[in-house]
Order: sequence, then C-alpha cells, then structure tokens
Amino acid sequence: MPDRSEEGARLAFEMTLDSTPAEVRRAVDRAQRALGRFGWCEEPRRAAELVLAEALNNIVEHAYGESPEGRIHVALTATAVQADLVVCDCGGAMPDGRLPPGEPVDLEMGLHDLPEGGFGWYLIRRLADRLVYRRCGGHNRLEIRIRNAVARGSADDPA
Amino acid sequence: MQLTITEAGDPQIIRVEDGRIDSAVAIQFKDAVREAVSASATRVVLDLGHVEFIDSSGLGAIVAAMKGLSQGQRLDLAALRPMVDKVFRMTRMDTIFVIHDTVEAAQGGSGN
Repeated sequence: MPDRSEEGARLAFEMTLDSTPAEVRRAVDRAQRALGRFGWCEEPRRAAELVLAEALNNIVEHAYGESPEGRIHVALTATAVQADLVVCDCGGAMPDGRLPPGEPVDLEMGLHDLPEGGFGWYLIRRLADRLVYRRCGGHNRLEIRIRNAVARGSADDPA
Repeated sequence: MQLTITEAGDPQIIRVEDGRIDSAVAIQFKDAVREAVSASATRVVLDLGHVEFIDSSGLGAIVAAMKGLSQGQRLDLAALRPMVDKVFRMTRMDTIFVIHDTVEAAQGGSGN
C-alpha cells in the first residue's frame, strides 16, 4: 500500500524563539494548539507537545548551555495522521555527533539516590516515530516525526 | 508556582494550581513544595488534578521534592490526568510513588 501519510501536509506552525524555558513553553503550547486544528485530540497532541518540549529543553540546557542568547527555529508540518517537526539551532553539537541513546533511567536504588533528570531522550524515543539528526555548518538540525496514534487507527481501517 | 494546602492534617493535601510543571517552573515548584510541607504530616499528597502537562524537568522536580521530605515522611500523588499519568508510567516512576486515582482515595488509606 502506498504511503499516503504525507499527502496534504501543510505548515501548521513556525516560530523562531530565544533559548529560554519561557519561550519553550510558548512554542510547545502553540504547536499543540496547531495540531488541534488538524483534528488531533488531546492525548496525541500532548505527546507531541512533550516530545517537542524535551527536544527544545535539551537545546536550551546543552546546545546553548543555559545561555538565553541562542535562537531556535521550529517548523511543524502536519496532517490529521502525522506531524513532522524540524528544529534548528546554532548551539553546540550533540556528544559524538549523534543523538543520545535514551536508555530507560535506572530506578533500582534508594529513594534518596533517585535521578532528578535524564528522562528526556528516553521520552522522545518512546514517543517519536522517526528521528534524524544532522550537524552541518555549525547548525544542528533535528527532524522528528510523530504519528497520531488515535487517527492512524481509523485511517488504516479498510472499511 | 501556586500551591494550595487543601487539607492541613495527616495526610496533608497540597494542590498544584498551575496547569504545567515544566522546565520554566521546575525549581520554583520544588522550593514551593518544600516550603508547603508540614513537619507534622507523616504523609503528604500532591493533588495533580489541575496539571495538564509535565515534562522531564517537572518529573525531576517531583523527585527532588520527595527527597526533601524528612525521614518518616512520604510523598504520594493523586488525581493524575492522562498525560501526566502516561509520563509516570513510561518512566516507571509509577513504581516509586504511591499514586491514588482521586484525592478522596488518597485521604482514605495509605495504600493504592
């Protein structure tokens, strides 16, 4: 069966933001509301919001090292069944030039040694369907595809 | 970050009034919970019924708030909305915290 998932994809939202948590919050809220206009219901919309939030938080904290001077560009193209995010920044490269593995965080320890972070890439990898990272010319480019699990169920139904 | 102590006894119930616990408020959240916790409560329940979104920073802040409790105190969670519940399950943090379906259930007993 041909992949028609990209048919009719339109730009849902585009924004250039400063590398601050407040701007990240504004961007992810706009992205999830944009998906609502493509018929995405609450649960997959929030999942997409989380993936984008984790990707942007990572850029703010690591690529730009918490400096608010950085700029990040986000573009979201969507259909009712899938969302494609392209996130670009001019911060530092990913360690070893590749995406973190996103292993599950080990919780087998005393309560007072529990980790207070490190869940971000694990969540991204659990929720995204496709991730492509490229470093070129001092830029980071991350492509994230997220399927609308709810819509896909009905779209795949031959009836 | 606004918190309301809706029940001052034991368990003490603290309601999170903000709709988001994310990286923009994670540190304030952790500090606000630590400040709100009553020294005399053996069990503290965070009512997350108003929280629509949590990210990994928010999750870390809840862990940090739990670590800030005194010995003999326990932090439970209640009334998780679907998105928040999903994040706890995916990260297996649901195995660390006692999670109650409702605040009433949290008041009723010490178990799930």
